[in-house]
Amino acid sequence: MAARRLTGGRIAVHLAVLALVVIWTLPTLGLFISSLRDKDLLAVSGWWTALSSVERRDFARTGTAADQVERDGRYVIAGNLLEGRQGWTISRFGTKVSAPGEFAAGNPAPLPGGGEITVERDGDYAWTSAEPFTQDRGRRILFVAEAPPHFTIANYVEVLTSEGIGQSFVNSLTVALPATVIPILIAAFAAYAFSWMRFPGREPLFAVVVGLLVVPLQMSLIPLLRLYNDVGTAFGTESKGYVGIWLAHTGFGLPLAIYLLRNYIGSLPREIIESARVDGANHYRIFTRVVLPLSIPALASFAIFQFLWVWNDLLVAMVFLGKSEGQIVLTSRLRELLGSRGDNWEILTASAFVSIVVPLIVFFSLQRYFVRGLLAGSVKGG
Amino acid sequence: MLGQITSALIAVVVAVAAAAAYFAGSNWLLDRLVGGASPARDRAVGRIRPWLFAAPALLFLAVYLVYPVYETLRLSFFGRNGETFVGLANYAWAFGDGEFLESIRNNIVWLIVVPTLSTVFGLVIAVLTDRIWWGNIAKSLIFMPMAISFVGASVIWKFVYDYRSAESTQIGLLNAIVTGLGGEPEAWITLPFWNNLFLMAILVWIQTGFAMVILAAALRGIPEDTIEAARIDGAGELRIFWRIMVPQITGTILVVWTTITIIVLKVFDIVLAMTNGQWDTEVLANLMFDWMFRGGGDFGRGSTVAVFIMIAVIPIMVWNIRRFRAERRD
Repeated sequence: MAARRLTGGRIAVHLAVLALVVIWTLPTLGLFISSLRDKDLLAVSGWWTALSSVERRDFARTGTAADQVERDGRYVIAGNLLEGRQGWTISRFGTKVSAPGEFAAGNPAPLPGGGEITVERDGDYAWTSAEPFTQDRGRRILFVAEAPPHFTIANYVEVLTSEGIGQSFVNSLTVALPATVIPILIAAFAAYAFSWMRFPGREPLFAVVVGLLVVPLQMSLIPLLRLYNDVGTAFGTESKGYVGIWLAHTGFGLPLAIYLLRNYIGSLPREIIESARVDGANHYRIFTRVVLPLSIPALASFAIFQFLWVWNDLLVAMVFLGKSEGQIVLTSRLRELLGSRGDNWEILTASAFVSIVVPLIVFFSLQRYFVRGLLAGSVKGG
Repeated sequence: MLGQITSALIAVVVAVAAAAAYFAGSNWLLDRLVGGASPARDRAVGRIRPWLFAAPALLFLAVYLVYPVYETLRLSFFGRNGETFVGLANYAWAFGDGEFLESIRNNIVWLIVVPTLSTVFGLVIAVLTDRIWWGNIAKSLIFMPMAISFVGASVIWKFVYDYRSAESTQIGLLNAIVTGLGGEPEAWITLPFWNNLFLMAILVWIQTGFAMVILAAALRGIPEDTIEAARIDGAGELRIFWRIMVPQITGTILVVWTTITIIVLKVFDIVLAMTNGQWDTEVLANLMFDWMFRGGGDFGRGSTVAVFIMIAVIPIMVWNIRRFRAERRD
């Protein structure tokens, strides 16, 4: 192309795409950054400030009478208030909760219990008194300080352990692995039959499959819920459970699986199948020895689709699984947290990120198969 | 926990083994019992085998999709427990119910806004990214939300829409921008009517990547010489876009549009997670789920709402089947 030079129009294109990319990624980035911030910071400042230092209010305790030394006839308790807080700088401090920034750092302040205290900017303090100290408990000193940016995985530790996200992660895997694998073989055989075998009703049946592609799940839920309850009562078993949801996802995933695989298997060169026929192989041998190995890319495409679909599903999980610890999947748990912990963004952001990290890894590492599947599923002749 | 994963893996192995055993076993039996003796019996084998191949899939489809569609239709004429016939009472109830009418209204807005915006954004991004060297990276990033669950996306956006009173620091991106520009912070998701648009933005965010990928592939399929010819004739880029590109991919645009329409009709997770239908944001799919369990579950009304979603899907279903048949005839 002649227009390789940076003309005004080309710059506009770059800027427009850049703006769109920013709009599309910023929300997710905000979630990720927030999940790594201190929870008390997260509640009072926007995530975009995470990289700048922030003013924080905190407190620490002084030493006790046991720490006092006598110096020039006065008794002194000295130490550092910022122990364990790297890079902090105290600007003001106070002794009363009602006035946490009453005194500037470096100036002496009287303590109500006697004596006076001086807090330096680096956190060093000296509490001096004419009388010997007797407290066996340190006094609380409040301070206002500049804190450097700080990231922590504490939120993740919390959600994975005490909020049950860890268990739900396992539950999601328990649902997704079998629900991804079970439909593949079933669909592949059917797709081969629809592509290369002659039988009465083949075209109308496949038209039904195409129709079922778009049937809303909502049409299936109530009858299946009733059916599962009946089956549960008849056999005296729990009606909600993993076997039920594996089968349900298999049923719901099959139209797309058959459709995708038929598009692929049907487009294999006719000569391959015919030459095998001439050699005397029957359809079962042709399928298992020739077609199935050739179809691996299409099977992979479908498997990615189905895995993402099942992992991200909320509706089917809410209907066919219980809410017990051993069954609640990540999406259901996340929705419950949105209700019960709606203001605890440290929990919500970390939980949400745990739930989206697996699909993101699958997506970015296998994007090529995913896109290929999308194209085969929707573009004419794909 | 480990035990649970192990049992899931065992289930995978057992299920695959069972399926393989069925296919291998039934085909072996067929060859043994029927085939081989005469040409007539070989023909019989040829007639039976396709059904052995397709049977498990057809069985699943029948149990999980075909039978339920019929059953939901039937239940929509029955009372809450599905036992007493009530005729059209559920439908009469629907048209007199404020929540239902609100859902219909909202669904119509969703159906107009989301497919339109997703397709337009997708097309624009597909065209623009085609012209820059980092286009694939840009596409990959815009495509990313496709991998995120609707609930996950709801958390992401609820954080963007977060509201604090005017005196405190805003931690939601949208309110921070609004107050940064001198405006008043708003509780966006409780703002009747407009809140619907904020929920729709989430689905547009997710579906634009889908539209973009499909349309980018279609654009690449346009013969380069038609575009070159137009350029030589002195046509501007916009003119080329409208007169050469868009007409050649109209079919694909329709496919994208209808696919997103179907997704919109089923939208449930976003509304449930963001508002659960409060503040005038109810939609059919969420209303259906609600009735399924409300007060122990009203299967009649739940089914009726589902039937309305189905009715909205039918035109697209018919169009899809006709398109498929036309393709087969080519």
